[in-house]
Amino acid sequence: MFTNAHPIAVLKTEKLTKSFGSVKALSNVDFNLYAGEVHAVLGENGAGKSTLIKLITGVYNKDHGAILLDGKAIEPHSPHEAQSLGISAVYQEINLVPTLSVAENLYLGRQPMRWGMIDTRRVNTNAKALLKTYDLNIDVTRTLSTFSTAIQQIVAIARGVDMSARVLILDEPTASLDANEVQMLFGVISLLKARGIAILLITHFLDQVYQISDRITVLRNGEKVGEHLTADLPKRQLIPLMLGRDLAINDPADSTARITSDTGTNTFLQAEGIGRHGMLHPLDLHVDKGEIVGLAGLLGSGRTEAAKLLFGIVPHDAGDVRVKGKKVLLRSPRDAVQNGFGMCPEDRKVEGILAELSVRENIVLALQAKQGWFNSLGHKRQQEIAEEMIRALHIVTPDSNKPAGELSGGNQQKVILARWLASQPEFLILDEPTRGIDVGAHAEIIQIIKRLCAEGMALLVISSELAEVVDYSHRVIVLRDRQKLTELSGEEITEQTIMQAIAEK
Amino acid sequence: MPENKTHTEVNDVAPRFNLIQSLHRNRRLLFPVVALILILIGDRIIQPNFFNIRVVDGRLVGSLIDILNRGTPTVLLAVGMTLVIATKGIDLSVGAVIAICGAVAAVLISTTTLPPLIVILISIAAGMLCGLWNGILVAYMGIQPIVATLILMVIGRGIAQLITNGQIATFSNPTLEFVGKGVLLGFPFPIFLSLIVFGLVWLLVRRTAIGLLVESVGANDRASFFAGIDAARFKVFVYVISGVCAALAGLIVTADIKGADANNAGLWLELDAVLAVVIGGTALTGGRFFLGTSVIGAFIIQAIQTGIFVSGLPPTFNLIVQAVVILAILFLQSEELRRLFVRIFTSLRKPA
Amino acid sequence: MRSRQLLLAVLVTIFAILGSAVLVHAQDQITVGFAQTGSESGWRTAFTEAMIAEAESQNINLIFSDGQQKQENQIAALRSFIAQGVDAIILAPLVETGWDEVFQEAQDAGIPVFIIDRNVTADPSLYVTRIASDFVYEGRLAAAWLATATANREQCNIVELYGTVGSSAAIDRATGFAETIALFPNLELVASQSGDFTRTGGKEVMESFLNSLDPASICAVFGHNDDMLIGAIEAMKEAGIDPADDILTVSVDAIDDIFVSMMNGDANATVLLSPNMGVQAYAAIRSYLAGETLPALIPVPSAMYFQDTAAEEYAARTGG
Ligand SMILES: Nc1ncnc2c1ncn2[C@@H]1O[C@H](COP(=O)(O)OP(=O)(O)OP(=O)(O)O)[C@@H](O)[C@H]1O
Ligand SMILES: [Mg+2]
Repeated sequence: MFTNAHPIAVLKTEKLTKSFGSVKALSNVDFNLYAGEVHAVLGENGAGKSTLIKLITGVYNKDHGAILLDGKAIEPHSPHEAQSLGISAVYQEINLVPTLSVAENLYLGRQPMRWGMIDTRRVNTNAKALLKTYDLNIDVTRTLSTFSTAIQQIVAIARGVDMSARVLILDEPTASLDANEVQMLFGVISLLKARGIAILLITHFLDQVYQISDRITVLRNGEKVGEHLTADLPKRQLIPLMLGRDLAINDPADSTARITSDTGTNTFLQAEGIGRHGMLHPLDLHVDKGEIVGLAGLLGSGRTEAAKLLFGIVPHDAGDVRVKGKKVLLRSPRDAVQNGFGMCPEDRKVEGILAELSVRENIVLALQAKQGWFNSLGHKRQQEIAEEMIRALHIVTPDSNKPAGELSGGNQQKVILARWLASQPEFLILDEPTRGIDVGAHAEIIQIIKRLCAEGMALLVISSELAEVVDYSHRVIVLRDRQKLTELSGEEITEQTIMQAIAEK
Repeated sequence: MPENKTHTEVNDVAPRFNLIQSLHRNRRLLFPVVALILILIGDRIIQPNFFNIRVVDGRLVGSLIDILNRGTPTVLLAVGMTLVIATKGIDLSVGAVIAICGAVAAVLISTTTLPPLIVILISIAAGMLCGLWNGILVAYMGIQPIVATLILMVIGRGIAQLITNGQIATFSNPTLEFVGKGVLLGFPFPIFLSLIVFGLVWLLVRRTAIGLLVESVGANDRASFFAGIDAARFKVFVYVISGVCAALAGLIVTADIKGADANNAGLWLELDAVLAVVIGGTALTGGRFFLGTSVIGAFIIQAIQTGIFVSGLPPTFNLIVQAVVILAILFLQSEELRRLFVRIFTSLRKPA
Repeated sequence: MRSRQLLLAVLVTIFAILGSAVLVHAQDQITVGFAQTGSESGWRTAFTEAMIAEAESQNINLIFSDGQQKQENQIAALRSFIAQGVDAIILAPLVETGWDEVFQEAQDAGIPVFIIDRNVTADPSLYVTRIASDFVYEGRLAAAWLATATANREQCNIVELYGTVGSSAAIDRATGFAETIALFPNLELVASQSGDFTRTGGKEVMESFLNSLDPASICAVFGHNDDMLIGAIEAMKEAGIDPADDILTVSVDAIDDIFVSMMNGDANATVLLSPNMGVQAYAAIRSYLAGETLPALIPVPSAMYFQDTAAEEYAARTGG
């Protein structure tokens, strides 16, 4: 193990502090990152994790404190400057150019030249050789966007590391990866670790923390509350440290919390042969009031596509949908909303948050859209709804007038959930509702899902976390290659059976 | 529990800081008002009788009245343009729509026996039609707003010329003339007209949900679509409003000179309107919009213009003076520039 | 007195031009190609119509080409005239530059080129002459009339409605006007602002003059075109001033509507910017073909109209 053998930190912060208005995002944080280690930074949503790395990479300027690289104070004013100092960061939203080829992305802005022109042949051979060191054998001339998120992420890492990185920062890199892809990424991380690169990792998946990290720093409310070797800090102790309180961890094994439902008697949604050419093979699906249906499958198996067809984001070209027995037209989300549907989309930044509008406006939006142009909620009513939701979902924000884009990632996710809860749907589609959400809130959201169900709501939930799916689903529909493989219900639902179903030939 | 973490603390202090906070949050809105006052003071320094107001035949006359009166076409356009820009759009055709609607009114009043009120309504309907055309191109054909409205900007003057037969179509009709030259309670009538339109549009967007929904479409139209908002219909709506505002501006400028000048009516006014909106603090990237300060922005432009007229400077300096003053305003408004100043300032102080 | 003599000289020039009758003889038919810029304004259309009408009456076979605001079209038209072997080419250039090559082609083919209206930068050896109305002269004429009209006043403060900043019409009219009033000590230009050649612009500028200056101190207004002056008339009326009586007016263009204003007693005088350049153009071509040498610039005569003949002229124009 490298962990104890490195007395001098590659990267160090001293009393690093940053406020946004009245919010202290980070106060007096001393952080140490050593060569050849994977250092996990953990904390609740809004604890200041992203702020820490944005200060280190020059996205924000610090209020006070110091950042030291190899013992020398640095003051990067932009990610570009940080990069040239040897600090690379890969964010959850990958910042490469999707329409360029893999090779072009790897060498963008630093292409080898010949006769004053870009030497395309050399770019390609170099790119191929570079990716080989990551055990990645792909066609580097293909457009980046045709590859999975995991491969795009590795390309981003390879680019960052190749530009002479000493420090590699990964902000929630595994949030949208499936299990296999996570392992692939971890393989790459181990490789870089062996090369002596210092790696800072932010994640909400505690299992992954224990699998890959050597050291843990915990932040709470912008303050550092502990730095431990991973081996010395069992999960039992970690969680209270993060939350400042204890958490009754839901162990899916003894999931007695599943509510029974009287399937069949009280159907809310009945889709027959719903599908769309080139997107989803026709499938049957029904959801009852007071029932949670899980959609399981790997990335690209058609789960999100099914949700988008049901919500009218893309109109289906096969099959029909009945709501409470009556046939309905679903040509747009507007139709879906009018029929009592709601949907939390997967891509928070593009499909969910209105960054410059306030938390209040973000929360009331779906309800207001449902009520129409002229039936305005009024400022006071908006305020009430927003504050109720902020309380119910523990959204961390100084007030409901703060622009939603200034909330931490996890809290933005909660705002979108709040938006749909406020619209009081009868049927709610949740696409990865717990992505990017901390352990404490994770448990709370699952409680909310169960409560809504108990109150009679019909729910369709997509999640890559099987334990979670097993925990709350009454039925699970397993998808692969954009078609329905099988349906599990009741006691059949275990992580094992789902996994088997996915893997089955 | 997290619930006692942030909210309770902040809730205690929030009321006390409300005023300061809201001033801080709205400092961008305060800015145009301050700029307007500074420009008026500047005008007063250049021309000592700038604030003088006389009464001639029961009407108030003076430079301040001129600013209010001459600013009205830009004010009207800026009101419509604000909504369009809030949806991430832009309407370059408003200058041409002024020419079209003015031509329609002038030709109808001089060649037919239609009552003037009907003529006015037809002219407004022509503006709506222009807006509808722009809106459909943008919302349903998916054409970039700048390109879609450029089409009407270019062919609009041709259409107006066809209507007027290439001449300045003059007319004489007291009712129609009143729209541009009338006097009510001592003030020129266009001032009332633009105030009424501003008030109605303000009520329409702020007292209903339309304002919020427009802002949401501008802030993120994909997310708005996901939230069940019919973004396309909103886009058509804002272009129609912009068309109506342009029609009213067209009626004013036409009535003012008792003639429709297809070549020159409203020429380049679309750019003044966009500028007014930007000075007012609404970003061209859409989202949050500020109707009130757009109107102030329009008066700022007019105050500069009127100031130049009374300054005695040779006309060759006009454009330069305008550009310099407006550049100064936009510079002061720029967040980045202010931050740069702060950085330079602190780094200068540090070594000491 | 010096100023009197000069005034006399100016007036003699005016009447000489007004009085010069054009003699039309029966002449041989010649073929002329005429490349026009387009038809962007009423003035331009009138210009084209006059060229065509004048050609008919002078037994000239005119081949007309409308450039539709594109230089390429005009160059193509010139090439086709050359191919048809016309006797002479008249070009109303859209822009000043880029003509040398096609002029050279015309010269090689032995066809003389005449420039009309706007100027070109081409080598003067490549074309014969330019026929143009003289903006400077129009400014002088307006000033000369004001000088006579105010000859018995101690002091006359003039305000100017300037055209579009940077346009040659505005620059030259202002120049001609300024150099002429400098000769009359009682005339003084007290304010000048741009009204962009539009009625709205003229009205707005006049309004601001009436606010910033004492209206009673303004003796005359000079408009770089009639449209701005018509706007200014509105402004004066709204401010309770009687245009043409309280404040004298003079402007340039002689458009139809200014005659209406003069008939109503709201305007005093206008300078004619003649769209009929055909007389000079065809005369120049015939003289050139007859072997005469021509000056580099042939001015088109300007004239003036006043209130007393306004009704007559207006009837003549609108009647037929
Ligand atoms: N640009 C900003 N403007 C204002 N406040 C901000 C801004 N960025 C972050 N904050 C605030 O700073 C605090 C810390 O946010 P940060 O993004 O660092 O949290 P995080 O630990 O990354 O949370 P998450 O796990 O949800 O991503 C939050 O309260 C957030 O609202
Ligand atoms: Mg974060």
